[in-house]
Amino acid sequence: MGEDYKSMWMELGLDLDGHDALLNVLAQAYNDIFLSQKDRPETMSYFDFVMSEVHGLRIRELLEEKKTGRKIIGSYCVFVPEEIALAANATLIGLCSGADFATDEVEKLLPRNTCALIKSSFGFKLGKVCPYLESADMIVGENTCDGKKKSYESFKSLVDNLYIMDLPQVKSEQGRELLKNEYFRFKKAVEELTGVTITADSLKDAIRTVNAKRAAVHRLSLLRRHDPAPISGLDALLANQIFFYDNPARFTQSVNAICEELEKRVQKKDGAFPAKTVRILLSGCPQAVPNWKLPAIVEQSGAVIVGEESCVGERGCRNLTDDSGNSVDEMMEAIIDRYFKIDCAIFTPNGERIDHIKEMSKTYRADGVIHYGLQFCQPYLMEAIPVERALEKESIPCLRIETDYSMEDAGQLTTRVEAFIEQLR
Amino acid sequence: MNFAGIDIGSRSIELVVVDEDEQIVSALQADTGFDPITEAEKLTEQCDFDRIMATGYGRNLFEISFDAPTVTEIKAHALGAKTLFPEAGAILDIGGQDTKAISLFANGKIRKFEMNDRCAAGTGKFLEIMAGALGFTIDEFGRQALLAEKELSISSMCTVFAESEVTSLIAGGENRHEIALGLHASVMRRAASMISRVCPEGAIVFTGGVAKNPCMITLLEEKLGQKLLVPDDPQLVGALGAALLSKGK
Repeated sequence: MGEDYKSMWMELGLDLDGHDALLNVLAQAYNDIFLSQKDRPETMSYFDFVMSEVHGLRIRELLEEKKTGRKIIGSYCVFVPEEIALAANATLIGLCSGADFATDEVEKLLPRNTCALIKSSFGFKLGKVCPYLESADMIVGENTCDGKKKSYESFKSLVDNLYIMDLPQVKSEQGRELLKNEYFRFKKAVEELTGVTITADSLKDAIRTVNAKRAAVHRLSLLRRHDPAPISGLDALLANQIFFYDNPARFTQSVNAICEELEKRVQKKDGAFPAKTVRILLSGCPQAVPNWKLPAIVEQSGAVIVGEESCVGERGCRNLTDDSGNSVDEMMEAIIDRYFKIDCAIFTPNGERIDHIKEMSKTYRADGVIHYGLQFCQPYLMEAIPVERALEKESIPCLRIETDYSMEDAGQLTTRVEAFIEQLR
Repeated sequence: MNFAGIDIGSRSIELVVVDEDEQIVSALQADTGFDPITEAEKLTEQCDFDRIMATGYGRNLFEISFDAPTVTEIKAHALGAKTLFPEAGAILDIGGQDTKAISLFANGKIRKFEMNDRCAAGTGKFLEIMAGALGFTIDEFGRQALLAEKELSISSMCTVFAESEVTSLIAGGENRHEIALGLHASVMRRAASMISRVCPEGAIVFTGGVAKNPCMITLLEEKLGQKLLVPDDPQLVGALGAALLSKGK
């Protein structure tokens, strides 16, 4: 990224040295992990470009939007409805996480045994290296796991624009009522932020925009059921990650372009890996950029990841929102219905998630499931055991992995992943 | 033709060569040291073979230097153990840095496995450091522990914490044989729980360097309620498995 962004980053209050260091690591990892892959689809070049400009051109675009009076809302969770932000003339973006940063500073505010995802989001703030966070007019925190909801209490002292969204933990009538109240409260807060009142037309447009984006990602996912898989799991994960940063319409168009190329590949039986390669479904915690460690180990060990049962993946974009309503209230109900189906591990009980993992294993013809849990992430780590048991009952082998963003376990992780792949061959 | 398997572990390197009839014709061992490739090279020069396959931590390094195929220690141990003991239903391998528990289908294929992640607590390295803290050599540690009349409970499995716990027990005038038994028991409980989690059926083969420790065998047999199958050279099982795989078994 050129010199011309320096002044922009300075104005945002970033720490230039730290930020340079971060970008260097990111570029190196991207080069080693993504660009070194063989037989990548040509249309992936768009995502390569987006990643190379993830803190550059995209931030400039957002700042241009802000100049025209548009507001930027940052979020950490798929429960924050993008439709509502868009309908009120705001842009929703995912905030930085996925790498260890400024850990010493973070551990002054959070216990050491906090999950890497939470620590990372604090690290990006304390280290002043996330231009998305610094561009946001409103930051939405959400009461998901105990770690996140309690950490937002501390996060509040670091930013002056934190909005907290409560979330239900049981899929009952009362749970839905809670979500409904929260989404209407969020709608009001967004309207106050932007000064724009959401109308039936603007909401319908927003629903269609987000549906198109989700449908495109889903179209991409479904192409992966073919053998040979036409795209690597790493490249598909990248699309799922960029989902949270990019301009929605442009993203949709670009994903559809990839799908068109992949459809041709499928017809010609061209794959990112040879036919009969061991197929893995990755299930569990979300993987924000640049958390590519486990998928890279899996694919460098000779298997292909054919699906992500994750918030950054199918859990986050499986369902579309019904856009047939004619009033704001009707469409708000449809939005609530759509989001209430997300089978996050904060819900209890959460049998739907196990059903979805089994269903995805069949749809994408996975030979085995790797369950990915971030260390100290109780909800997903606790669900890992029942998930493994349920899969064993169906004779689907499962490997449970518990890790973080560091590289200290890379050796052991590689051995376990390789042994799992040997077991599936 | 002869077929070799080399197991480059964190503490030692083993090289096993088998002939067409799967009989062991050579078996060599060396310390890994800090230059495993040179050590591996020295071993390979001492015997004749036509093909070689590598396993263990150093397998990828060996693959680059010798252009040899590789296999994980999990698969290598499974095949090695199943060949030595056809009745094997599971394998417990406690090596220098890793503990692995593997269960098998009747046909010998891997059903399920577990392995410690990141920390080497409860492995050979842990026992080695504790033996040193108590002034025993690693070879006599197990025999000395068996001389204890009762077990002193050790609460920490972290090597550094356990070492300071041992230091304070010694300072408190406790019997070092009893401390030694307590340390063995804590490693045993961890290993027994790992092997139980892979749901073993039938006989359990105990491999790796720690399988040479008589106290560990006794404690595990008591806890698991069955006799363990222990090869004469438990450290060679991974290399044997790799040699057999190299033959195409």
